[in-house]
Amino acid sequence: MLVAVTTLPDGVAAPVRRRIVASPTRADRAFQALVIGAAWSVLAILGLIFLFLFMEAWPALHQAGWSFLVRFQWFPDLTPPVFGVAALLVGTLVIALVALAIALPVAVGSALYVNEYAPRWLARPLVTMIDLLAAIPSLIYGMWGLYWLSPRLNGTSRWLTDHLGFIPIFHTSRRVFGSSMFVCGIVVALMILPIIASVTREVFAQVPRTTCEGALALGGTRWGMVRRVILPFGRSGMVGAAMLGLGRALGETIAVALILSINFQITPHILEPGGGSVAAHIANQFPEAGLAGRKALVAAGLVLFVVTLIVNMVARVVVNRSRSSRGLVD
Amino acid sequence: MTVTTVPSPNPASLPTPTRRRPQAITPAEGVRIAGVAGVAVILTALVFLATPLSGAFGSVVFAFAAFVALEVVDVSLRLDPQAAKDRTATILITGSAGVALVPLGFIVWYVVSKGIGGMHPGFFTKTLEEVGPLDPASAGGAEHAIIGSVEQVGLASLIATPLGILTAVYLSEYPGRLTRVVRFFVDSMSGIPSVVAGLFIYTLWVVRLEKGFSGLAAAMALSVLMLPTVARTAEEMLKLVPDGLRESSLALGAPKWRTVTSIVLPTARSGLITAGILGVARIAGETAPLLMTAFGTDSVNVNPTKGAQSSLPLFVYQRVRNAVPSQVARGWAGALVLILLVLTLFTVARLFGRVRKAA
Repeated sequence: MLVAVTTLPDGVAAPVRRRIVASPTRADRAFQALVIGAAWSVLAILGLIFLFLFMEAWPALHQAGWSFLVRFQWFPDLTPPVFGVAALLVGTLVIALVALAIALPVAVGSALYVNEYAPRWLARPLVTMIDLLAAIPSLIYGMWGLYWLSPRLNGTSRWLTDHLGFIPIFHTSRRVFGSSMFVCGIVVALMILPIIASVTREVFAQVPRTTCEGALALGGTRWGMVRRVILPFGRSGMVGAAMLGLGRALGETIAVALILSINFQITPHILEPGGGSVAAHIANQFPEAGLAGRKALVAAGLVLFVVTLIVNMVARVVVNRSRSSRGLVD
Repeated sequence: MTVTTVPSPNPASLPTPTRRRPQAITPAEGVRIAGVAGVAVILTALVFLATPLSGAFGSVVFAFAAFVALEVVDVSLRLDPQAAKDRTATILITGSAGVALVPLGFIVWYVVSKGIGGMHPGFFTKTLEEVGPLDPASAGGAEHAIIGSVEQVGLASLIATPLGILTAVYLSEYPGRLTRVVRFFVDSMSGIPSVVAGLFIYTLWVVRLEKGFSGLAAAMALSVLMLPTVARTAEEMLKLVPDGLRESSLALGAPKWRTVTSIVLPTARSGLITAGILGVARIAGETAPLLMTAFGTDSVNVNPTKGAQSSLPLFVYQRVRNAVPSQVARGWAGALVLILLVLTLFTVARLFGRVRKAA
């Protein structure tokens, strides 16, 4: 039996593990400080947004107290002023949920199509086209929704209320359609579709290929593979993507401002004209508002900022967690 | 012990194996599907002629539902329920990709067809200063808005691009515990509603510092929105620079800052340009923050530091809000310019991205 033994020649000391010490020059330190400063400016901006909105909104918030969150009306110039964001907040949420209900299945479906079904030559152009939806300005979505989509949806709205009117959300009392939260929801759905599609696509792409091939090799159909392997694997990623979409939908401003006629009522009837939206209300009112009115609008903006930031942060945590756990499984 | 000898097959007598593609649709299957689709269309036409049902949208939905139902019947009669489920899922998933793309075509087509009418050479050289409500759409133009847009977007890029690229350098070159925190907040920042960015600069610049509405204020609000896009895209681009280049530079004795400025950033140059262009495309069409920072005006204001300024999105928004038909026509012409601008920026960014990959 042969054993290879390496021996050091006599007189040569065994090598000692060298500690590598970086000694940054003064220029290095200055550069690092510059870079770190730039990066932390992001956090500083987020903090300053909260600080300045809060300082400006404080008199209005102080005056209105907690009623700010539960009042419907918006008369900040009265003495005493009467205003609150309840109707606006509920409307914002309704529009965002309608948008999410439409965008989520379509986005997940198109992500699955691109990853699993599309021929290779089609996949890349498809991704580009879906990303392009995100590049079109909100303003143009709003104009398209107002002039093109809204009149063309009247027939659909009438059909829905005639045949499904027993469901509260499809009920209408006056049979007048257009400028509704339903139209807004469809337009906002188009705007949040790209982000949901790109995040779900990325999550689905991380499913180990061998597991997918295993499912097919066991005789599963392609749908069986999607349902039993890809969807369970990507579930938390889909939840995160949906929340990211929700965050975007809550903050949509100009498109909703153009389409919706805000009427400060809490209503579940999404087909009727009217409803509310915090962001759209701010954009609508700001140019005409007086000093007290603007303070009240800043207060509404503060609520919107806090809500969207929380939704976005939770969504990022969910998405990041699904990403890192995938890394371990793979 | 008996030994059975199996005659080894003569290779020449075996048919050459053809490649099987289990998921591919055979020509015969394709013909069947086309046939089913045809039946669905005919059925829809008959139903819509015979009953009070009507409408383009409804007929498309009906035809699609009929197609799915007929396919399920066809496949489950010939094969098994699993195959029918698979076929249904394939149709629905393919359909959802189509549904995602159809509106894009409608939007671009509609903006072009509406905008062409209001377009005239004066659109780029005249303002709205002396335009009355009864003037035709061919009177006046958006010169003041275009000047404002160029200045505001330019200034916003001057603020956000360096800051974004430095942030990206931090995220990709100085990894650590805090990097993840910063990345998390940059990601969260990209979800801030644009109207909040406008209100922020309004409270900070217009109210607290008493500087009044100005193009510079608009540029600052836009840079808040642009920063996360630039930072995250640039970070992805810096990550594509091979580690070998960094290590070679450090091994040659270059300090870290020289490595970053002379090796990493130049290598990623076209990627960084892509990041900048995507950032510009992100803010070029923003309207809401401008309402509370630039405010808008009908005449030329070349000074971005003082006084209200217009901008292309603001021009479009204010024309459309003003229900006079000639004003709305001007708005559509502006929207056409805006959508062409954004599509061009998007395409250029993609082309730069492609050059980087080829190199």
